Amino acid sequence: MSAFQPVVLWTDMALFALLACAVMAGIVQRGDTLRRAAWKRVLGRPSATISLVLLAFYLAVGVLDSLHFRRALPPAADGGVHYAAKVESVLDRLLAPLHERAEKTYSSPLASHAFVKDNIERDGGVVGRDYPRLAFGGAHLGDAAAGRAGDIAWRLGVGAAAGLVLALALGVAVRRLWSGAANRDKEGAGSAARAGWWTFVALAAVVGAVAMLASGYHVFGTDKVGQDVLYLTLKSVRTALIIGALTTVVTLPIAVALGITAGYLGGWVDDLIQYLYTVINSIPGVLLIAAAVLMMQVVIETHPDWFATAAERADARLLALCVILGMTSWTGLCRLLRAETLKLRELEYVQAARAFGVGTALILRRHVLPNLMHIVLIALVMDFSALVLAEAVLSYVGIGVDPSTISFGTMINAARMELARDPAVWWSLAAAFVVMFALVLAANLLADAVREAFDPRAA
Amino acid sequence: MWAYLVRRIVYAVPILIGVNLLTFLLFFVVNTPDDIARMQLGVKRVTPEAIDNWKRARGYHLPRFFNAREEGAGKLTETIFFRKSARMFAFDFGASDDGRDIAREIGQRMGPSLAIAVPTFVLGLFVAISFSLLLVFFRATRLDVVGVVLCVAMMSISSLFYIIFGQWLVAKVWQLVPISGYVAGLESWPFLVLPVAIGVFAGLGASARWYRTLFLEEIGRDYVRTARAKGVSEPVVLFRHVLKNAMIPILTGVVVVIPLLFMGSLLIESFFGIPGLGSYTIEAIQAQDFAVVRSMVFIGSLLYIVGLVLTDISYTMVDPRVRLE
Repeated sequence: MSAFQPVVLWTDMALFALLACAVMAGIVQRGDTLRRAAWKRVLGRPSATISLVLLAFYLAVGVLDSLHFRRALPPAADGGVHYAAKVESVLDRLLAPLHERAEKTYSSPLASHAFVKDNIERDGGVVGRDYPRLAFGGAHLGDAAAGRAGDIAWRLGVGAAAGLVLALALGVAVRRLWSGAANRDKEGAGSAARAGWWTFVALAAVVGAVAMLASGYHVFGTDKVGQDVLYLTLKSVRTALIIGALTTVVTLPIAVALGITAGYLGGWVDDLIQYLYTVINSIPGVLLIAAAVLMMQVVIETHPDWFATAAERADARLLALCVILGMTSWTGLCRLLRAETLKLRELEYVQAARAFGVGTALILRRHVLPNLMHIVLIALVMDFSALVLAEAVLSYVGIGVDPSTISFGTMINAARMELARDPAVWWSLAAAFVVMFALVLAANLLADAVREAFDPRAA
Repeated sequence: MWAYLVRRIVYAVPILIGVNLLTFLLFFVVNTPDDIARMQLGVKRVTPEAIDNWKRARGYHLPRFFNAREEGAGKLTETIFFRKSARMFAFDFGASDDGRDIAREIGQRMGPSLAIAVPTFVLGLFVAISFSLLLVFFRATRLDVVGVVLCVAMMSISSLFYIIFGQWLVAKVWQLVPISGYVAGLESWPFLVLPVAIGVFAGLGASARWYRTLFLEEIGRDYVRTARAKGVSEPVVLFRHVLKNAMIPILTGVVVVIPLLFMGSLLIESFFGIPGLGSYTIEAIQAQDFAVVRSMVFIGSLLYIVGLVLTDISYTMVDPRVRLE
């Protein structure tokens, strides 16, 4: 009998498999000096190291949110162990104070009183209209909420300082270990490493301050039904990462297999594959995705018995969305790979291999594919940010993730009329904007650095 | 040239057939019409008669590919495939699931879509080219770096935010233009200013950065060095030599989207209440009106193929070295 039962959703499995593949690829290619040099060029750019630190933070949030489990219910009469229907993640447990302390409705960031007036019973049974006291926001301050500004400043300072101290202590410890284990290639990195390091310190300070504030307030306010906006934004990160990363898992095999075959074999195979991607390419992306998602919805609606929990159904929809996005977006990469293979096919070393009687499959694997990997890598990092942005738009159109899945798209969609209120409710949109902007910007900057380091044509 | 055009148009037919088959596969083979009827009528309590009526009213009661009960050609024509998919080639889109004629609806909604899409396209091209030329003029200075960073930052903002913030700031806070709506004719300009401006602004980052790399590629060419060596001033080099030559990849790159302007913009039309084809598509998707989505898929791919042919023609027009045979 255990206190919880691990639940592995399909997207969790895919995400961890992807991470494992990335680590494996890194280990396998450790000895590849050319690639190492290219990565070193990437790490030599401050914008890339800053982005990497930020992305690592997002990834940590996403991974914590991908470890799912169901908690055991109190022992039932029959003595057996039953588990709650609700699937939670480790992140949910860490943030439990945030999402369990729901208010009734809107409250602005760090507020102690609600945003809208309500009927309140005063002393002596008189009912008047005023801003009610929040149930949890600033509750430790007592009824009058006196000294809120001072309390916020204190928490901000202490939290940031704690974050700083922790980060610096970690930094010193790592440095000790590092200098102990032979002081190799550390000097060259210089300004880029410093930029990454200071980003880490600043991030730690921000996280510390936010955590300290969040223990007493709703840092980003609450939304219409009183949910903490900070919790929603952190939960959105996993959805964005899944869509950005898993789609490429679907895209890559199709694009690589078809692109190489078409380019290398030529003839009717080439014609057929070209026909296939012209057909898919000629349908405007959103419409093709819409058509596929609508049909996927019908399948899910008509088979409610396939899914044990609501979380599994939402997860299946997320996975299906990734598959659909992948099936509709492989054409661009496929065309690039086909064109490059056409060039490689005529190079001397490939012709020599063919003259020696090496089989087609082996030539493709040993001589063609490795020389295409830079295109694949560049396409992969460049697509990531586009997919994160696409998720928001698709969810707005109604063909994105399940409405119960927390994502940037569903957040923006729910908040899109809030600026039209008077006074405007701006914090949901602002929070989604800041967190999403930082993620996409970091991905874009990293993509630029990777492209310039790996593309032989880049100056 | 004419022979080439004819051949391109003939090549387009199998692609359109492929699109048609793919949409048919998606809409009628992945799910049976029964599933769709049940979904539309609500999954829980639905009688077989209700499903049958729903299908009969929309012509989904026929067999999919082959109707054994009919005589002669009817065996093939009295089917869902012929009625719903093959007839699109004659621009016969039939009725939407709520019973309105799709072709007429499209005709009415094309105007408002173009009223937004054409100014956005032209202005967007102009602004992006001007901005990138400015960056190229100040290349390798701090201004250039700041400009490129700005472009990347602008690319990293979801178009939803541009629309939501723009609408809030200009229409609600400053109250310069109405928040949303549309009237036919020339009086519609107050309704169009903001959506067009937002459309231009939202696309600026990505296109300006792309054009900048095209210009920089061109600026390293020999003829530019020759022009400078002759003593031609930098602005003249930029505008007369670089701009003209870099326009070839820019123009041929954008020609492909010109026909697609008819389709309008999904997001902008829906946020600003413009009764165009973009908002029609969104409404159809949200109402799960499959007949409309199917028609839009067909029209979209048709326009894309037209765009490809136009691209080829535009190559010959801007670059005399290219000949189509």
